[in-house]
Order: sequence, then C-alpha cells, then structure tokens
Amino acid sequence: MRRPQIVTDERRRRHGGTGWLVALVGAVVLVGAPYLPWAYGDEAMDDMTYLGGPSPTQFLGLALGAALLVCLLAARFLVPRLPAARRRWFAWHTGASAVATGALAFQAVVVVAVALELGGLVNVEYGGWIALAGALLAFAGTRLLVPERTATLGRVHSPGWLVIVVIAVVMLGSLLLIAHALDEDDPGVFIALLVFVGAAVVLVLRVGLGGWFSSQTARFRPVLVMAAFLVAFAFPFTQDGSNANMSIATQVLIFAATALGLNIVVGLAGLLDLGYIAFLGAGAFVAAILSGSAFSAVGWNPPFIVTVLISGVVASVLGLIIGSPTLRVSGDYLAIVTLAFGEIFRLVMINLDGNDGPDLTNGSNGIPNIPDLNLLGFDFGEPHVILGVEIPRFANYYFLLLVLIGLVIVVFANLNRSRIGRGWVAIREDEKAAEAMGVNVFGLKLFAFAGGAFLAGVAGAVKAHHDISVTPDQYVFLESAFLLAAVVLGGMGTILGVLVGATLLRLMPEKLRFFDEYRLLAFGLLLVVMMRFRPEGLIASRRRQLEFHEDDEELAAHTGETPPGAGRVEPEGAR
Amino acid sequence: MLEVRDLVVSYGRVRAVKRISFAVEQGQVVSLLGTNGAGKTTTLRTVSGLHTPDSGEIWFDGERIDRLPAHKIVQRGLAHSPEGRRIFPRLTVVDNLMLGAFARRDRGAGADLARVYELFPILHERRNQPAGTFSGGEQQMLAIGRALMSRPRMLMLDEPSMGLSPLMMKRIMSTIAELKAEGVTILLVEQNASAALALADHGYVLEVGSIAFDDTGAKLLSDDRVRRTYLGED
Ligand SMILES: Nc1ncnc2c1ncn2[C@@H]1O[C@H](COP(=O)(O)OP(=O)(O)OP(=O)(O)O)[C@@H](O)[C@H]1O
Ligand SMILES: [Mg+2]
Repeated sequence: MRRPQIVTDERRRRHGGTGWLVALVGAVVLVGAPYLPWAYGDEAMDDMTYLGGPSPTQFLGLALGAALLVCLLAARFLVPRLPAARRRWFAWHTGASAVATGALAFQAVVVVAVALELGGLVNVEYGGWIALAGALLAFAGTRLLVPERTATLGRVHSPGWLVIVVIAVVMLGSLLLIAHALDEDDPGVFIALLVFVGAAVVLVLRVGLGGWFSSQTARFRPVLVMAAFLVAFAFPFTQDGSNANMSIATQVLIFAATALGLNIVVGLAGLLDLGYIAFLGAGAFVAAILSGSAFSAVGWNPPFIVTVLISGVVASVLGLIIGSPTLRVSGDYLAIVTLAFGEIFRLVMINLDGNDGPDLTNGSNGIPNIPDLNLLGFDFGEPHVILGVEIPRFANYYFLLLVLIGLVIVVFANLNRSRIGRGWVAIREDEKAAEAMGVNVFGLKLFAFAGGAFLAGVAGAVKAHHDISVTPDQYVFLESAFLLAAVVLGGMGTILGVLVGATLLRLMPEKLRFFDEYRLLAFGLLLVVMMRFRPEGLIASRRRQLEFHEDDEELAAHTGETPPGAGRVEPEGAR
Repeated sequence: MLEVRDLVVSYGRVRAVKRISFAVEQGQVVSLLGTNGAGKTTTLRTVSGLHTPDSGEIWFDGERIDRLPAHKIVQRGLAHSPEGRRIFPRLTVVDNLMLGAFARRDRGAGADLARVYELFPILHERRNQPAGTFSGGEQQMLAIGRALMSRPRMLMLDEPSMGLSPLMMKRIMSTIAELKAEGVTILLVEQNASAALALADHGYVLEVGSIAFDDTGAKLLSDDRVRRTYLGED
C-alpha cells in the first residue's frame, strides 16, 4: 500500500532546520498555554477557567509539550555531544513526531469536549485556541524532521535490578492510572486521558524505550507476567470497599475472558465465528438452571465446580453440533451458520417457557434470583475484610474472574506454542497445502471451535452468578460483534492486544454514557479508522504484521536475515 | 508399494479420471505423463486423500487407503508435494519445513532437517527468511524438502520443474536421482518428458483421463507417440 507523500525525504533534508524551529515554538506554546484559561465555564471538564493555575487535564497537555521539548532539545544538543556508540540509542526525531501527533489529538479532543459540554465553540477561551495552535505548529514542524531509522537502545544490556525496578514502576503506574481513570466521571476528561496515555505509550515505543523494554524483559518474562497479575489483584484494594468501579471491572473481565476464548477460534484457528455470544449464553443458562434459583425448573443444585464443567460441556457440544457439518466446507458458510445460530439460540431460549416448548428457561423473563456463589465456605455475596480493606461483592467475583482469565491465558499460550498451534498456523496460511502436509484440518478446526465454546461456557457460568439473573436478551448479535471487534481491534492472535481491546470496548461505553445514542456510529468510525491505519490491531503479532504489510520493505527488513533486494514477496509465492 | 485399481474421479459431473490402474514398486521412480488436463494432478490428489474417488481402490503397502483422510495417509509414509509448490509464503523456511514434519509423532524431525539442509544448502542459509521472498527454484527446493520432512517411504511430486530454468531443472532432477538412490520410492508427474523418463523405471501416459499406454522409461523415450506428443518431434 503506497501512500501519496507530501513530505518527501528531499524536503526533509532541506527544511529540517526550519521544521525543528517551528516545532520548538510549538512545544514552548504547549508548555505555556496550560497556564491560560481554556474554557469560559467551570463545568467544562475539570475546570480550566483559571489564569496561572492549570487543571489536571491541562497539566497533561503541559506534559506532552514538555516531552516534545525534551525530544527536540536532546536531538539538537545532546546527541552531538555523546560518544558515537551512544548517539543512536534514542530516536528523538521519531519520538518528537509521535508526541506532536499525540498533542494535536489531545488539544483537539479538549476543544471539542469543551464545546460539547458547554454548548458551542464560543465557550473555548483564548488559551485553548493558543494551545491548539501550538499543537498544530508542533505537528507541522515535526513532519519536516528527518526520522531516525532505528533506536539501538534495545541492544543495550542493562543490569537485572534496573529491569525489575522498571517493571515494578510501570506496573504500579498502570495500577494508579487505571484506578484514576475509572474514577473519572467527566467524559471529556476521560477521553483526553485516554488520548494522553495513548500518546505517551506511542512516544515511549517510538523513542526507543519500547525496544529496550521488550528486549530486556524477555529475560524476566515470568516476573513481568506475575507483576501484571499482582497489579490486577491489587486493584480492588484501591477502591475503598466501593462497588461502583468494581462492577465495571468485573464486566470488563467477563468480556475479556470471553474475547480471549474467541481469540482462539478467530485469531489462532482463523475461523470466523459470528455467534460466539450464544456459547456464553448456553453456559449462563445451564448455570442458572442448576443454581437452585426458585425460578429454575430443575431442582438439582450441584456444587459450582460441577456446574462449571457441565456448562462448558454443554456449550462445547453445541459447538460440535454446529461445527461438524459446517467446518468441512469453506469458511463463508461458518460465518453464516454461526450468525444464524446466535439468533436461533436466543429465540429457543425465549421459547423454552412452557408454552411453546418445555419449561426450562422461563422465556423472555429469564431466570432471576440466582444465588451468589459459595466456594468452600467463601460467600461471594458478602463483603469480606482482607488486610484491613473491605472487599465488596463485586470484588469477590473480580478475583474469581482473574483466576478464570489466568486459566484462559494459560490454555491460549500453550495451544499457541503447541503442535496444534502450528497446525492452525498452516491452516490459516493455506488450508489445502496444510492438508497435503498431513495436518488434520477438519479435526483441528473442530477442536478450536468446540474448545472455544467450552471456555465461553465456563465464563458464562460465572457470569450467571455475577449477574444474578440470566435473560435471553443479554445474548444478542451485537454482543458477538463487539467481542469480534475486541479481538480484531486489539490484535488477533495476541493476548495483550485482546485484553486491551476488550478493556477499551467495554470501558468506553460505560464512561461515555451521554454518547449512548451515537455508540454504534462511533464504533463504526473506530473500525473504519483502524482498518485504514492499523489493520493488524493495536498490538500485532509479528506474523500478522507481515500479513498486512507484505510489501513494506521496512518490515521485511525487521523480520530477519533478509538479503538485499529480497524485500518483496514474489507473485508466484503468493499463489 | 502403491497400487491403483480402476480409479474413477470426477468433479461434479465432469469425469477427470476414468478407470485408470497403475502400480509403483518399492524403490522405483515411476513417471506419469500427460497433456494439460489429462488428470495427473487429480490422480495424485486422490491418492493422497485430498479428493475422494467415485470408485476404484488404492492400496499402499498392503493397506487400502482410498477412504482414509489425508493426514492418515501422510502418517503412513506417503508424502505429496503439490502442484504449484504451495509453500507457506509468510512463514520462514524453518517453519515451512517443520510443518512438513507435522504428521510424524517421533522426535526425529531434527535429523531430517539436517538431511534436507544437506540436500539444499540454500535452505539452511536462508532458514529465517519468509519463504515467499524465495525465487521459484528455491521455492521448489523448499517444497521438496518440506515433503521429505515427514520421512516418507514414498514421495509424489507434481511438476517439480514447473517454471524453472534448465539449470535449476537439472538440479531438481539430480536431487530426485539422489533420493531414489537413498531408497525413496517416487511417483513423478512431469511435463518435461525427456528428463522424467530418463530417470524413470516405468512410465504411464495419461490421455483425457485414461491410461493410453505404459512401458519402461527407456522404451517410452524412444516411442514414436511419446516423441511426437511430449518431446515436440515430428
Ligand atoms: N477443482 C476442479 N473442479 C472442476 N474441474 C476440475 C477441477 N480440477 C481439475 N478439473 C478438471 O479435471 C481435469 C483434469 O485436471 P488435472 O488438474 O488433473 O489435469 P493435469 O493432468 O494435472 O493437467 P496439467 O498438466 O495442466 O496440470 C481437467 O479437465 C480439469 O479442468
Ligand atoms: Mg496438474
């Protein structure tokens, strides 16, 4: 894919100096503007009406400006003074471009948010416009900088303690950030914060620290994973016993666990499943029926561990029934059949009400009054005090869901690395060739499909107790679409990507309630933008990047010992 | 080792293979010749289980295999390097080769990898390169190497010389001779009749789905009908 270039390398070389100066002016403006008032009304965002007293959001803008300033100054004054070996450690210009883009997005969001919250652009005071102008200057100026090709910091070997400390700081930072973001009620501030975090992450990656982090932490992978889980476990302790954020967090986790299961089907095996939510629903209904709720038609109430297994098995049997006839034929049929299955499932659940069929699900009213879980005497419905902190109901489920997610991740990672995972790769690449190689194509597809259904069923069982009631209308096509979007936007086939994608997709509607009517519109726009600019998702596996950017020489050069002139895939090889 | 009896294969209502029978003995190189559309590829695909026959029997090593799924047939030691190479272009050379070993359950893939690298040193040199960046000849080597990774007792090659330069073609043919010397049984489909028959112990000539005639490689090479149709001589 070739994009038309306005700024050519030639122009960069000629006007790089001017660009630097313009960007510097922009950076200074960005640092100064937060001290000016940005809005006429104090209801907008977090009160940005003061002269000389920036609000927290304004400080974020200042931070972006300061980061840009550092990049620009370092590129001009620090690099020439360094010994040659260290000059290419950081990619300052690349970083400057990234942070300037981020700052522009940030200031634009602020202006739009102020206008929306106060009713019109007239409510943006001069400081806001100045900041936006500064961002524009910085953006334009940094376009003219000659970007460094690579940052070599990733090849520098750092002592272990430093890496561990960095891991700890990053994890703690994320914990505080998540806690802070969840407490934010103002939608404008929330989005601005998201944009800021995005800009900061991209800056860190581009400037060279990302390469350092991933190469150094490779040695400490278990530490990193443990730290991430520790942070996740610590989250409820930051909430002062409040259920408000915890209920959002548990919803995110249920959604993420389900998306990870779907990621096995879609991301690893390459099967398009448009009715995945039905498997979650199947698990939820089974658990509800076996929960001992007064509204359940079945009197049997086995221990939860048994219920979970039955839920998973029922879901995977449904998967086998749907999958075995359709997985033999080409992929398009699977999409159609699963789409229909999702709808049929919902209708069947509505009709199993004793009028049209046997009474099993109570029809569209569903099964309410599902009792809280009680595992080994631990009552999930009651608050508990752990380490002097009160842990409310939703936090109990939160811990259980974390364990569930951990389980799904372990399954996912092991499958991915296993023989089966290699078979899936072959199927994704070229099904016919895979078959000729002795890959049991049908068997592996069916395994992915039914296995994914099993995980969804298990998640559904937990969800039933968490939600207290299970109704058919919770399991509609739109939910399947959102799950699929979480997988695709986050990065098919990756764990971290799908976790991020699921979190964003579930958190945003929760935090942007005023936006509800436009939710689908925004969702569609997001999809279009992502598909245009980053089809491989937020976080891409190396292999996916190759799939989507086959003819980027830059990328081919990264993927290994490509000899000169061999950067392109021959048409022959592409069949 | 391989015996095909009265095989009939069709695509929908189109008969592609009409009651053909042939046999490949242990250690032999047998060549299957035929004009475009004669049904050679269809025959190979059916033997390796990628296509179900309408009727007829296929026996491999004393076992009937015509109803077995493809992966079971590979597991029994019959490998197939398909027409048009069909390497996995986005995967690296090593990944391609290791996928060739997918069907096997033993731990000997490492030794076979070494053997393939020995046969084709270029594959070793470029082992971490995406296979799609390879030239046609290199891709063919990879395709053959990949088929060898299952440590087959019999190998079916579908037009291994397709699109190769004469030099590259010679290399591939000498590799096939090497494999034969190692005791691998080979069923070779080729457009290049002279090269294929020079190697073959026996040859079958397919014409629109039926076997027109067959003979030893040397006899076929001097056969008038073969010389006219496949070697372009008058
Ligand atoms: N998938 C298919 N669907 C329908 N017809 C097919 C299909 N594949 C092959 N055929 C038909 O079957 C006949 C035999 O094809 P086949 O590919 O076996 O020929 P071939 O001998 O390998 O030819 P070539 O030398 O060109 O590779 C042809 O008439 C072809 O058009
Ligand atoms: Mg053919």
